[in-house]
Amino acid sequence: MTTSIEETWAALADLADPEIPVISLRDLGILRDVRAGAEGLEVVITPTYSGCPAMSQIEDDIRSTLKNKGISARVVTQLAPAWTTDWMTESGKEKLRAYGIAPPHQTPAAHNVVRFISRPAKAEAVPCPHCGSSNTVVSSQFGSTACKALYKCQDCQEPFDYFKPY
Amino acid sequence: MSTATDYLLHLADNALVLGQRNAEWCGHGPILEEDIALSNVSLDLIGQARLLYQLVASLQGGDATEDKLAYFRDTGEFRNYTLLELPHSGPLSGYAHASLDYGTTIVRNFLYSALMALLWEALEKSANADLAAIASKSLKEVRYHLRHSRDWLVRLGDGTDESHARTQAALDHLMPYTQEFWTGSPAEAAAFAAGIGVDLQTLKADWDGIVDGALTEATLKRPLLEGYVSEGKKGLHSEHLGFLLAEMQSLARAHPNGNW
Ligand SMILES: [Zn+2]
Repeated sequence: MTTSIEETWAALADLADPEIPVISLRDLGILRDVRAGAEGLEVVITPTYSGCPAMSQIEDDIRSTLKNKGISARVVTQLAPAWTTDWMTESGKEKLRAYGIAPPHQTPAAHNVVRFISRPAKAEAVPCPHCGSSNTVVSSQFGSTACKALYKCQDCQEPFDYFKPY
Repeated sequence: MSTATDYLLHLADNALVLGQRNAEWCGHGPILEEDIALSNVSLDLIGQARLLYQLVASLQGGDATEDKLAYFRDTGEFRNYTLLELPHSGPLSGYAHASLDYGTTIVRNFLYSALMALLWEALEKSANADLAAIASKSLKEVRYHLRHSRDWLVRLGDGTDESHARTQAALDHLMPYTQEFWTGSPAEAAAFAAGIGVDLQTLKADWDGIVDGALTEATLKRPLLEGYVSEGKKGLHSEHLGFLLAEMQSLARAHPNGNW
């Protein structure tokens, strides 16, 4: 009796990210695929950042979830195509906002380095997840984790994390 | 095979050595936000190094592992730019116990990130598909490192008299080491010939543009380059790398095959 691909997807559907538990791995776009491999089912994940310390935790979480549900599958890490915040689902972004983290903007179409550093300020206005004001300023390029920047709202005075477009 | 591994080790050692240096700020940052920022930059760099060492280990086969490459090679086997192994203490390093100088840290991160933003972008087209995948990931990361260090370069350069003077001194001290970027090595030449690597000369005009633009905004003066060209990427290092490796490798060497 083999487990189907649909059953494996369903088993992992609600598995939460260890660092931001309000959002699922699927919503984040880390869980890329479930497929039939040469040696049985394969669950394909991709790292967010090269040095993301949560990746081994994520692998362990997937393995133990599958084991608890009696599903046998291998976890495969795949680097290409590189993870992008554009893969985050709309419902995932909404969950981030409700949790107090401003969700990422769409990444710019061109990755041109020179253009990236001479950024137009207007395009990057990040609305405050608490009061919605766009009157916000960056206080640090890196927040509690590499994937977030630290912002402050000038209206409600609350600090907040911004999930950087990536 | 060795063409690829020699070149990959150069890229990996760059990331690991600068990652280790930047991590020295963990718990000692000038302000909390910068402490966290530098630790995050380190985490990215060490993550890039791990991906590259894993790739080298898979090409070497046998009992090669990422940990062996990071912890059980000695100074002469490291292939990083000399620039990246220097302490954070400006031109007095080696003569006096100078305290950590944030200007030195920022200038180095800026000069290196400006290069790597261009190099990773070019390496996305590498004939080695695994390297191309690592380049795509690393490019996303280094753009934020570049933005971070550039912002601080401008802030310190165009800041107080004290911050301006210290940043200019750091620039005068470190800029000559960037000559190593543009002086080819056998490993780079072989990797370029095999379609794996990049001809660095093709990136120089863009690098100069990024550097000059930032220095102008920071009211800093670009030093003239002359004299000794460092050769860390050929394994000829300054005395500082040995101390860095001793600190980084001692635990793994005291407990070989340790697992935790
Ligand atoms: Zn607000």
